[in-house]
Amino acid sequence: MSSTPLHDPFAPPVADAKTEVRNTTCYMCACRCGIRVHLRNGEVRYIDGNPDHPLNNGVICAKGSSGIMKQYSPARLTRPLRRKPGSERGAGKFEEISWEETFSILAERLGKIRATDPKKFALFTGRDQMQALTGLFARQFGTPNYAAHGGFCSVNMAAGMIYTIGGSFWEFGGPDLDRSKLFIMIGTAEDHHSNPLKIALSKFKREGGRFISINPVRTGYSAIADEWVPIRPGTDGALLLAIIHEIIALGLYDRDFLVRYTNSGQLVNLDAEHDEFGMFVRTEVPEEEGCYDPQNKLWWDRNTGKAVVTHSEGADPFLFGEFRLPDGTPVKPAFQLLQERVKDYTPEWAEQITGIPAETIHRLAHEMGITARDQKIELPIAWTDSWGKEHDTVTGNPVSFHAMRGLAAHSNGFQTIRALSILMTLLGTIDRPGGFRHKTPFPRPIPPCARTPNDPRAVQPNTPLDGMALGWPSDPDDLFVNPDGSPVRIDKAFSWEYPLSVHGMMHNVITNAWRGDPYKIDTLLLFMANMAWNSTMNTGEVRKMLTDKEESGEHKIPFIVVCDAFHSETTAFADLILPDTTYLERHDVMSMLDRPISEFDGPVDAVRIPVLPSTGECKPFQEVLIELGTRLKLPAFATKEGQRKYRDYPDFIVNWETEPGSGIGFLAGWRGKGGEKFLRGEPNPNQWEMYAQNNCVYHYKLPRSYQYMRNWNKGYLEWSQRNRITRYAEPILIHLYSEVLQKFRLAAQGRGITRKPPAHLAKRIETYFDPLPFYYEPLETQASDKHRYPLSALTQRPMAMYHSWDSQNAWLRQIHAHNYLYVNSRTAQDAGIADGDWIWVESQWGKVRCMARYSESVEPGTVWTWNAIGKAAGAWNLSPDANESQKGFLLNHLISEELPDNPDGARYSNSDPITGQAAWYDVRVRIYKTEVGEPEQTSPQFESMKRYPGMSEPPGWLAYFAGNKK
Amino acid sequence: MKPAFSVIFLTTLLGTGQGLFLALFTHQSYALFGLLPPQADSFYGYGSALALLFLAGGLVASFFHLGRPERAWRSAAQWRTSWLSREVIALPAFMGILFMYGASHLSGLDPVLVTLPGGLNINATFILGGIATALAFALFVCTAMIYACLRFLREWHSPLTVINYILLGSASGFTLAAVFSGIVAPSQTNFFGGWAIIITLLAFAGRSASLLRNARLKPKSTMQTAIGIKHPHIVQMSQGAMGGSFNTREFFHAKSATFLRAIKPTFLLLAFVIPLVLLALGMFTPALLGVAFILQYIGLLAERWFFFAEAKHPQNLYYQWRS
Amino acid sequence: MTQLALVIDLNVCVGCHACVTSCKEWNTSGSAGPLCDERPYQADPTGTFFNRVQTFEVGHYPHSETLHFPKSCLHCEDPPCVPVCPTGASYKREEDGIVLVDYDKCIGCKYCTWACPYGAREFDEKQKVMKKCTLCVDRIYDQSLAEIDRKPSCVKACPTSARLFGDIHDPESAVSQAIREDGGYALMPEWGTHPANHYLPRRKTKLNIHNDELERADNPLKVDGQLPKPGKGEPSMDDVSAW
Ligand SMILES: Nc1nc2c(c(=O)[nH]1)N[C@H]1C(S)=C(S)[C@@H](COP(=O)(O)OP(=O)(O)OC[C@H]3O[C@@H](n4cnc5c(=O)[nH]c(N)nc54)[C@H](O)[C@@H]3O)O[C@H]1N2
Ligand SMILES: Nc1nc2c(c(=O)[nH]1)N[C@H]1C(S)=C(S)[C@@H](COP(=O)(O)OP(=O)(O)OC[C@H]3O[C@@H](n4cnc5c(=O)[nH]c(N)nc54)[C@H](O)[C@@H]3O)O[C@H]1N2
Ligand code: SF4
Ligand code: SF4
Ligand code: SF4
Ligand code: SF4
Ligand code: SF4
Ligand SMILES: [Mo]
Repeated sequence: MSSTPLHDPFAPPVADAKTEVRNTTCYMCACRCGIRVHLRNGEVRYIDGNPDHPLNNGVICAKGSSGIMKQYSPARLTRPLRRKPGSERGAGKFEEISWEETFSILAERLGKIRATDPKKFALFTGRDQMQALTGLFARQFGTPNYAAHGGFCSVNMAAGMIYTIGGSFWEFGGPDLDRSKLFIMIGTAEDHHSNPLKIALSKFKREGGRFISINPVRTGYSAIADEWVPIRPGTDGALLLAIIHEIIALGLYDRDFLVRYTNSGQLVNLDAEHDEFGMFVRTEVPEEEGCYDPQNKLWWDRNTGKAVVTHSEGADPFLFGEFRLPDGTPVKPAFQLLQERVKDYTPEWAEQITGIPAETIHRLAHEMGITARDQKIELPIAWTDSWGKEHDTVTGNPVSFHAMRGLAAHSNGFQTIRALSILMTLLGTIDRPGGFRHKTPFPRPIPPCARTPNDPRAVQPNTPLDGMALGWPSDPDDLFVNPDGSPVRIDKAFSWEYPLSVHGMMHNVITNAWRGDPYKIDTLLLFMANMAWNSTMNTGEVRKMLTDKEESGEHKIPFIVVCDAFHSETTAFADLILPDTTYLERHDVMSMLDRPISEFDGPVDAVRIPVLPSTGECKPFQEVLIELGTRLKLPAFATKEGQRKYRDYPDFIVNWETEPGSGIGFLAGWRGKGGEKFLRGEPNPNQWEMYAQNNCVYHYKLPRSYQYMRNWNKGYLEWSQRNRITRYAEPILIHLYSEVLQKFRLAAQGRGITRKPPAHLAKRIETYFDPLPFYYEPLETQASDKHRYPLSALTQRPMAMYHSWDSQNAWLRQIHAHNYLYVNSRTAQDAGIADGDWIWVESQWGKVRCMARYSESVEPGTVWTWNAIGKAAGAWNLSPDANESQKGFLLNHLISEELPDNPDGARYSNSDPITGQAAWYDVRVRIYKTEVGEPEQTSPQFESMKRYPGMSEPPGWLAYFAGNKK
Repeated sequence: MKPAFSVIFLTTLLGTGQGLFLALFTHQSYALFGLLPPQADSFYGYGSALALLFLAGGLVASFFHLGRPERAWRSAAQWRTSWLSREVIALPAFMGILFMYGASHLSGLDPVLVTLPGGLNINATFILGGIATALAFALFVCTAMIYACLRFLREWHSPLTVINYILLGSASGFTLAAVFSGIVAPSQTNFFGGWAIIITLLAFAGRSASLLRNARLKPKSTMQTAIGIKHPHIVQMSQGAMGGSFNTREFFHAKSATFLRAIKPTFLLLAFVIPLVLLALGMFTPALLGVAFILQYIGLLAERWFFFAEAKHPQNLYYQWRS
Repeated sequence: MTQLALVIDLNVCVGCHACVTSCKEWNTSGSAGPLCDERPYQADPTGTFFNRVQTFEVGHYPHSETLHFPKSCLHCEDPPCVPVCPTGASYKREEDGIVLVDYDKCIGCKYCTWACPYGAREFDEKQKVMKKCTLCVDRIYDQSLAEIDRKPSCVKACPTSARLFGDIHDPESAVSQAIREDGGYALMPEWGTHPANHYLPRRKTKLNIHNDELERADNPLKVDGQLPKPGKGEPSMDDVSAW
């Protein structure tokens, strides 16, 4: 019909272009997929997933595909900047300085701090992936004031599960959807395991698996669920406990699993007079040397009718009952206590709390129990358990779960997640086919071995911190407190207020430092954290704290250093800005010492290798730390004589070892002189090249017999011990009943030989440190007038945006230019609000103006919006009238970092009382229409941010074409 | 649809030009048969020039509609299938013949080509005029079919579209002819005025018929067929581009329903009712004819705006102008 | 005759927009590029994309479904956008049924968009020509790419593999099979455009539980003597019958 086309779609668009493909690892989010970057005449032509990468098998997401627009964004910082002398902090007036000057300012200031009181330097990092290095730097510096985003992110998920099953979701483990038959996803929008989860979900659905989503909102993953169970926020604990109730009542639990692999049968001392009340009874068997969790507890054997050491040959414990030891001590098996605990947690009770019909709760329990029981998988894999018993097969009960911040980001999240872990355990699904699977380096002992110092003397001038800045307390003596019980850390983590705050409490750093409670600091270094905007609670007030001054005229937080790659809201508050490279411009490691990208079948770590030269004066923060460490003569980076140890970051990564000769470094692959060793081995000078040749990833596949039942898999545990992944090879029994929590409770009751909490905190500890999960209303809800504030307000991650990073991304911001508050249509109608109306959302802490949108996919008591789409005017080098600031809004203005004042005057963080997890999703709000004549613009508004030196003027048109054909 | 001003002017200017020519040639035909007194060649000649002016105006307007006007010449290629292509051919062809027609009148080069058995002399201008008439109608059909052939745009997909393009263009052309003759050949004004009244009445009827028809149209495509989900309640939550896209710009007039409702009586009044009155009065006070034409032309602009705005494209189901 | 097409499985599409930006990314530097963006860093950013993912809500709470709906040119077998094009810039390739725009012929009259009921074409406001999904014609035949890469960019990107690509005229192809077996359907069938792209509907897995499955012989409560047994003193038939 038509003549030949003039435009040949097959002709190379740029003649004689030089093209190359380089492998590296994506960092448009924390998922860390393998990518191939295709360059044309040195510009990025295309980024696609690396098909040979174990994590993403070649797929990529919306963010990953938009890396080009991050790389060439006009919001990039390109020069080290110093706040203009004489200008106000926050005014955004900066001048360019050289790196040399930058380093000398930093080295001088930090050197002084280190020589006097290292605590006065605080290093907090946001959504980064180099906590092994930042943590090392902080420790070497000698400050305890270090943490990453975990505390405000999902520490409840990490702690709740790790303290129960020795592993967790998140990067640490996940649902084995390959073999699962029933998958229940709770409170997950878009996890870190972004692409892998999507790959697995679709495969699972296509193979006929049943997918249930429990979430107040139905979007994203939940959209494709076979069943959506809407739930009132913060009430999952009630649901899970009711399901446990039903599972136990019907005998739908895996008894064999509970007996052998958990502490269900262990006898708990119930002598109320005894100092060991509520602890497991131990035999007199002398503790084994270097043993973590000695197997010296008792069962009440059904065969012999008496107490025996657990796992005794031929013994089978009672799970129910009440017994008396020969010495008269009354005891009960832990499982009996669990049954008693859930006795009143009936589905009918839970219906009142969760809004889920009791009938549905019954059915959910039945579906889980029956699928687990009747669809068992037997894999012909022989393995040996920790007690030497050989098994011919590995059994799987194919029910799996995945949960994230919908459970974690509530102040009752820890106990809720304990309940979830216990439910998963009752169903017999831990590290088994079709259930939950660990990823190396998990499982770890409960709790893992790392400890913080427990004594303020661990902080000494010019000395590395004596211990890790973050760790896993196993009892009150592990807390990092002063003799009077007050916190040593600026964020009050590991104190009696939040004893198990294992990831620190970044969300309280600014408020505490500003108030000088527990003390004042001098320098705050924020890396990759947008703490003046989306990762802080109470954003408006926190921004004031950042500029607030003492009477003397000095800032309350005297010196703020921000390392960022972009023109974020936080950079405006910096005294010094360190421009970082992008992920395409730097070396980086996804280390086993940090959060690797392991698979179920074995450890995996990965690297980033620069595919482009750095832009402007950008310098990788890694290099900054190495240089600064060297200048400050920190022992890890400088010799005793003060000489530089490492040329640069790649050199550091290759040659640094945890201890001289330990053979353990940041990277596990291709160690040993010629790259012949893995996990442990001498430094290999060609390690980077070997990663480069191997898709930038190292994947060690465990033998099949080591891939399951790893908590109790002798072979695996010994392998893991041999390779220094763990120190101990004892079985990791599941803590259905948590002695760790009981120890804190005992201390709060004044018993035992451990430290005791200050009086004003005793009640709090006694209440929340319950060794068995229980349901309580989130703390903020308890302290809110629910009639005045009838709705819960949530945020969700959109799949096509990463936190605040992507509004500078010309492609992604077209997908999410601004955000709405989604309200159930009936709820909105009842409030007289029409679809699209401008409304006020008000909490007891403040109010924001925004636009409402009707939705049928949200529970009527919940309103929600996409997270971090709203921006401050002018930020991210967007024009001041950009949608993000004019129609977009930030829910964080409504969320407080502290709970309403306690009657006793104490101020507690708006956090889980056990872990210090930020309770983002506890806030209660009301909504109402704006008055006629109010501006159609979101509120609050802030003075528009300025462009900094070194940033380019954003173009009005973008016609990106790699290789320069225009 | 979003009414594009280039297309509004294009279609209305062309219509007037075509109509004016048809009026002139009608007159010449009457005169040929002696039904009217023949006019000086300059009457037809300058009249044709005026028509050409309108057509050229339309042509210029059409270029504003093109993203790549420098390639406009390519648009004649697909005359086998594309009404737009056909229009692109018909327009210059019509203008060319019209030019020859006018030139022939003005230059006096108007030889008798045939003498019919009845002794009727057929001049070159008459042959040219006949061809131009055919082309004028062809052009009307092409222009109208550009819209009428789009079966998804059900407001347009009707013979009424073609009929109305012809009638509306002719009405304004005859009105203009009345104005023109009022100035250069006052004796003939009533002939043109009379026809203008008749055609405007017909156009009024035709356009009203299409309004009635369109008011009763039931959409053939629904949300259910658009995305293939059988459920009575489907609401779009996001259209994938919050800052808008070509699809939200091209197919939505972005005016309120009230505006749309107001424009209808406005154009009915301006294009039909008022001109009819003025044309009638113009029989006695020719000065009113000018006003009649101007108002009618404005009315037709409004009519054309409404013509586009009223058409609901099925693609709009996918772009409900939300987030 | 070959008719290449995409089959989009709404059963697994999670609305992640990977197909949207990977398409933009490939094509902006490809034969169709650049795909321009207007006001990229200002108010109401807007640009040319070949593929969009939209979201719909179906039904009323709590029986509501959230549907993610990706849409690009459907490469109609009887494409109404082609015959209307005055320049021949819009054409359907005979060899594989792909509908393309010849960017060097297109005059930007936008007429083809009026003729497409699906809103699948986008005018590039900077280049002033019409653009649309090319089915990545510049990838799928490119012998310099590895076999597994000779697929549309969006298909490769899609994390849930919700986007299948192949020849719907070949009954053995995966796409034909999917259409046949999983209820593949076309959009707006009422216009007879015969879109080559098809959609697969949501499919639900249910679990049917019978009450007797709850009470099984291997109930562990028995082991622990916890299965409810009536107390000896409770009334029974023994007490009232005498035979
Ligand atoms: N695309 C993208 N991916 C990301 C991120 C991103 O910004 N963008 N961020 C990364 C980061 S840092 C994190 S921490 C992870 C977080 O990953 P997710 O935990 O999946 O992220 P959230 O968006 O917090 O989702 C919380 C979900 O829980 C639901 N929810 C809230 N309260 C409750 C409740 O009480 N009960 C139940 N059952 N559900 C509830 C919300 O509706 C929401 O669906 O995502 C990571 N992945
Ligand atoms: N309301 C509400 N608030 C929340 C959450 C929520 O669910 N609801 N979620 C919370 C959670 S889980 C998290 S993890 C936090 C995340 O919060 P943060 O980690 O503080 O914030 P991000 O937005 O991820 O961005 C941090 C900074 O990293 C910068 N950045 C990006 N790439 C680079 C780089 O390569 N180098 C450097 N140096 N900087 C870079 C960005 O420009 C940005 O300024 O938000 C928390 N805030
Ligand atoms: S999931 Fe994260 S790491 Fe993977 S491609 Fe997307 S942005 Fe990159
Ligand atoms: S979807 Fe539209 S643009 Fe694509 S072939 Fe069909 S009619 Fe043409
Ligand atoms: S815009 Fe281009 S492709 Fe479309 S009809 Fe006009 S010339 Fe043809
Ligand atoms: S086939 Fe290619 S051009 Fe078409 S939507 Fe997919 S990526 Fe875009
Ligand atoms: S990439 Fe796949 S899952 Fe994501 S929106 Fe597109 S079709 Fe759906
Ligand atoms: Mo997070």
